[in-house]
Amino acid sequence: MSVTIEKPDKSAAAPETARSARSLVDAVFRAREISIAGALALLVLFTWIAEPRFLDGQGIKDLLLNAAILVLLAVGQSVVVITRNIDLSVGSVVGLSAFACGKFVSGTDHGVLTVLALGLLVGAGCGIVSGALVSFGRVPALVVTLGMLYIIQGVDYWWAQGEQINAADVPQSVLDLGSGSVLGIPYLPLIAFVVLAGTAYVLRTYRGGRELYAIGSSPEAARLAGVPIRRRVLAAYLFSGAVSGFAGALWLARFGTVVADNAHGWELTVVSAVVVGGVAIVGGTGTVWGAALGALLLTTIGSALAVLKVDSFWQDAIAGALLLAAISVDRIVRVRMTRALRKRSAR
Amino acid sequence: MGRQPRRALGRIDHKAVRTSTAALMARLGVELDPDRPARGLSIADQQIVEIAKALSFDARVLIMDEPTAALTGSETARLFSVVETLRAEGAAVLFISHRLEEIFELCQRVTTLRDGRWVASEPLSGLTQDALVRRMVGRDLAELYPKQDSRVGETALSVRRLTREGVFRDVSFEVRRGEIVALAGLVGAGRTEVAQAVFGVDRADAGEVRVGGAVLRPGSPTAAMDAGLALVPEDRRQRGLVMEMSIERNIGLTGLDRLGRAGLVRRALERGRAADWAVRLQLKYGSLADHVGVLSGGNQQKVVLAKWLATEPTVLIVDEPTRGIDVGTKAEVHRLLSSLAADGLAVLMVSSDLPEVLGMADRVLVMHEGRLVAEIPRAEATEESVMAAATGLAAATGPTGDDGATGVTGVTAEGTRT
Repeated sequence: MSVTIEKPDKSAAAPETARSARSLVDAVFRAREISIAGALALLVLFTWIAEPRFLDGQGIKDLLLNAAILVLLAVGQSVVVITRNIDLSVGSVVGLSAFACGKFVSGTDHGVLTVLALGLLVGAGCGIVSGALVSFGRVPALVVTLGMLYIIQGVDYWWAQGEQINAADVPQSVLDLGSGSVLGIPYLPLIAFVVLAGTAYVLRTYRGGRELYAIGSSPEAARLAGVPIRRRVLAAYLFSGAVSGFAGALWLARFGTVVADNAHGWELTVVSAVVVGGVAIVGGTGTVWGAALGALLLTTIGSALAVLKVDSFWQDAIAGALLLAAISVDRIVRVRMTRALRKRSAR
Repeated sequence: MGRQPRRALGRIDHKAVRTSTAALMARLGVELDPDRPARGLSIADQQIVEIAKALSFDARVLIMDEPTAALTGSETARLFSVVETLRAEGAAVLFISHRLEEIFELCQRVTTLRDGRWVASEPLSGLTQDALVRRMVGRDLAELYPKQDSRVGETALSVRRLTREGVFRDVSFEVRRGEIVALAGLVGAGRTEVAQAVFGVDRADAGEVRVGGAVLRPGSPTAAMDAGLALVPEDRRQRGLVMEMSIERNIGLTGLDRLGRAGLVRRALERGRAADWAVRLQLKYGSLADHVGVLSGGNQQKVVLAKWLATEPTVLIVDEPTRGIDVGTKAEVHRLLSSLAADGLAVLMVSSDLPEVLGMADRVLVMHEGRLVAEIPRAEATEESVMAAATGLAAATGPTGDDGATGVTGVTAEGTRT
């Protein structure tokens, strides 16, 4: 035990201390979401001034469409990262699922729901393998999912043999999902939003969600408290896989044309989005809302740079810088907050 | 680390490192291979390495924060002689400890803090232990172990021939309702391991655990909880609490299925439950939504207790319930355990704090090198009898004192902390 002496804060009365301490915690945790939203707003404003077409009807639509799939993946990834694990296989799962769905529907007239269900199943299958290896096999998540990344990619290449699915072969009902909209909002962002909101709700208010956070923050304490750790981690991977597979089906709907290495390298973009969005890479903290904002920010940076005709390699560099900044800020804020709270709670 | 002797080109002079380390070890009077990695050393040996590292600075001012917490008696004596040597060489030593005997043995002046505030600084000569304790506690020590009499009921926990190879063997005991049974012993005797195995955190190789007559499925904390067991672990920060969660969520974590239906967690219920327990345990906090990390050690321990008591257990296992918490909170925890036992709870208390063992337990079980070597009833439990059994000297009970338990003023006789 080390002894730390803090000067008690005599000025504040007890109830007031309580309120200010709580609002401080809330503020800090909302701070991430707010600052990302702020950065996003600034970025959009700046780009809009430089190039007004960026924000016309089509511009916004493109922005949302581009972000939708990344947001979905970020939501799935968050759930895994919250448990102090990682899923690097998401990019290749999207690729495999998109190709599988394409192969399945090309030249047929299968309904759009069948395609989505197929994507979901393919992804869930991949997720359950990763999840079982991580949770029951106790192999480190980084190794398992990196292995899965290459295996799934290999299967995808072998299956595709350089073949490509063309939009012309894909039934119109599927393509409509990618291009259609309701009340001017395209379907894809709507779907992403529904998944996002649903996941956020479950994480906040359901036992399983609460336990995922406990596992990520303190696995030992969670186990002692009777949390079924392996089952929960497996479920997290299953969810991440299913969402990725689902995103693969949406990819097909969006682009129509599918090759074997779709979404190649996306896993790192997704992880960046999640971390930039405030989900701690060591687990236990963060929300899917933040992760979704992170995804939106990264997508917007890409689009803005394209509109401003900046070389695209800058996009990666900026994403990297953001990632480092996010992690450093996390560190500083946490230290500061702990210090401030201790002062406040000193009698 | 960071101060290795260098040779040309900045290479580390491994030979010089080794000899100087060996010299330090000799100065401390210990035999440790300088090449061994620190991991895998016993806690006491790691502590020695830490002290050796501090000594290697040839420090003018040496601050030692509970340096003897993990040391045995002989190791402590060796450390003290080293500290005396340093003092003779003109170094100033700030020695932070809650073991009064050591303070009186080693120090010249003492500064007392209570609840984060300065109380007194004075020379030790002319000060009695009782007086020092009063400064620390702000009241008399007799209140520290408020053991109530309680009626002992039927057997709640029965452990038969529990064995975990290489850790403990053939451990059998019973805890009845209304009873506080202490599990005492030296560092590494296997007490914590027994507690973990009973609760199913570690799987035992043989033997069985019965709770209320029914055999417990081994290796499953969930089954243990369902059967009415609760375990307040030794390591509060690692295993007791989810440090990134709020107070209310920590308290709620053990009973999420009771806080709503179909997996839903009703936050109002959760907060209400946490608030009830906070009042019952006199938790000092800013807001229930605060992170537990901002609480003091004593209040964190209260949260852990609340978390487990909220499961309404029939058997409560507490592992070092008052380690590292201030004396005032310690008394509160003792009062709580005592009143819980009076209400019919069966309490198994693993403790290295001998006065606590003597002051709180109805029976004392003593472990020595993985075996249960003695069972001493309260009336016969003295520091001598418990220590004799713990060091393996004799299973025989020592001189039978009068109920020398309540109001013991001495603090731990030997270094018996895990």
